[in-house]
Amino acid sequence: MPEFLQHLLNTLILGGTYALLGIGLTLIFGIMNVVNFTHGALYTVGAYVMYLAVTALGLSFFAALPTAILGGLLLGAILDLVLLRPLRGADMDTTMLVMIGAGIVLQSGTLWLFGGVAKSIPTPFPDAPLQLGPVSVSWLRLFVLGAALVLIGLTYGLINRTRLGLAMRATFQDHDTASLMGVNVRLIYTATFALGSSLAAAAGALLGPVYVVFPQMGGMAELKAFAIVILGGLGNITGAAIGGFILALAEELGAGYISSGYRDAMGFLIIIAVLVFKPTGLFAKAERIG
Amino acid sequence: MIRHIPALALLAALAALPFALGQNPYLLNALITTGIVTIAAMSLNLLLGFTGQLSLGHIAFFGIGAYVSALTSLGFDVELVGGLRVVHEPWPPVVGFLLAVLATAACGYLVGRLSFRVRGAYFVIVTISFAEVVRLVALNWVELTQGPLALTGIPPFSLGLPGLGTTTLRTKLQNYYLVLVVGTLCYALIARLVASRFGRAMRGLKENESLALSVGINATRTLTVAAVISAAMAGAAGSLYAHYLRIIDPDVFLFSTTVTMVIMVVGGGKGTLLGPIVGGLIFGLLPVALRPVMVPEAQWMVFGLVLIAIQFVMPKGIVPGVARLVTRRRASAATAPRIPMEVRP
Repeated sequence: MPEFLQHLLNTLILGGTYALLGIGLTLIFGIMNVVNFTHGALYTVGAYVMYLAVTALGLSFFAALPTAILGGLLLGAILDLVLLRPLRGADMDTTMLVMIGAGIVLQSGTLWLFGGVAKSIPTPFPDAPLQLGPVSVSWLRLFVLGAALVLIGLTYGLINRTRLGLAMRATFQDHDTASLMGVNVRLIYTATFALGSSLAAAAGALLGPVYVVFPQMGGMAELKAFAIVILGGLGNITGAAIGGFILALAEELGAGYISSGYRDAMGFLIIIAVLVFKPTGLFAKAERIG
Repeated sequence: MIRHIPALALLAALAALPFALGQNPYLLNALITTGIVTIAAMSLNLLLGFTGQLSLGHIAFFGIGAYVSALTSLGFDVELVGGLRVVHEPWPPVVGFLLAVLATAACGYLVGRLSFRVRGAYFVIVTISFAEVVRLVALNWVELTQGPLALTGIPPFSLGLPGLGTTTLRTKLQNYYLVLVVGTLCYALIARLVASRFGRAMRGLKENESLALSVGINATRTLTVAAVISAAMAGAAGSLYAHYLRIIDPDVFLFSTTVTMVIMVVGGGKGTLLGPIVGGLIFGLLPVALRPVMVPEAQWMVFGLVLIAIQFVMPKGIVPGVARLVTRRRASAATAPRIPMEVRP
């Protein structure tokens, strides 16, 4: 039983960051109809900005996190302005291939700049874990969960409570009508892509210190983000948030009770199962977001 | 016959190429691996170019073909769940090749059936997932696949003809011609297929699915047959790869190889017969040209930039782009002097 409780706690902590990853990807798909193959690269970039901010710039851990998120925001805006804006209206395969190309450029660029050796990010948290009865958790992981929940809350607030969020929801429902109502759709697309990218960067910056930072870390994260988004239904934000926790649970239980080698396979088995039995995702009602 | 002239000229040039290069082993090796990946790209083109289904897990068929063929010729001894022990004595590599084709055809059937349920982004993601699951199985089922330690000592192909004895294909030159023969057979099969009634059904589904359905084209059947043939060809390429390199590890399933195939197809011209071959030769040999001047990471950056640039500059690919230039020049040479501007509608 204590083992099971420990798995549940780990699920909660991993699930928060997975939810961030999934929400970013599903936002971009829902509003822009773009399958973002740079999502993993942005996750990697977030982790490396975090690493550079702490080690090279000497920023505090807590100041480095917003820096990494800002880095993702900026890079996302640039990617949209340079690559996606000229291709607006192109079919999905075209943007998908362009995003694959951009992802390769970013990932190989990171490898070129930093080399393949994994780096670890120093943290200000004590090494001794917090004992909660039968289970234990490190302070770092608790912070990661807290930060992820705050970021999820902020994203929800942005989408449901602000004018920008209103414009995003309007664009999601019908971009022509939104445009007629005076919404600057081009700007909304850029904002959406930047926001989704910053969430991927945030996930990387949060999980980077928990594990290690290396150039290929984004590949698996991206595939997991796809799994989460499929689970929740493409374009469904709440679905993606819940999907993040479901994937984390499946991985924890799979690694704990089946075999740790197949931890990463859980996501793909979920994708295949969902697509075979309920292709619209578990929470299909994606007529609107928010 | 006339429309096959470019392909026949290319075939003749490729057949003469090893001698033009003075049988340089380094270049020959690059040509063989390029040829193998090009066969896989041709099979991807059947799905991506002719039916419009973007399969980003195509490497799964290639890898499964490689593993099935290698394991058939090496033999194995595994214990399945429930204590069932399976022992397999080594069989000749040619049998491995045939089994690889059959096994990947069966996988193609499953993916093809699935493609009818899920389209677009969903299909792309399900194919990636399929490839990743297969890679993780290859990595973790150590008893069967040796996991990251790789399957080594895979025997090369031996071809036996009645009355002529058997030859084992050990040299690079022999393997080059084997790849060329298999590639030519695949090309001929695809060319026949595309020109047939079935090919028209495929293109009909790609251009306008509801219209195609309304004239009685069976979408499930068409897409499934295309996926089966495509997967079987990729499996054949995988088998060639295993018996040429004679060592395979779970890295054959890397997503980057799928990306290379996609660049070959969309760069060369998806939905054309020669496109994947032209693209395959260009992008397969590009690393050879770039190696002296840049590190592998920079080469990959070039690949990524090329993939982006193609979508902006030549979205249809090189072969259709060049063909259009040629026909336009011919058309303007033939018509321009006779038709004055004003009479044009």
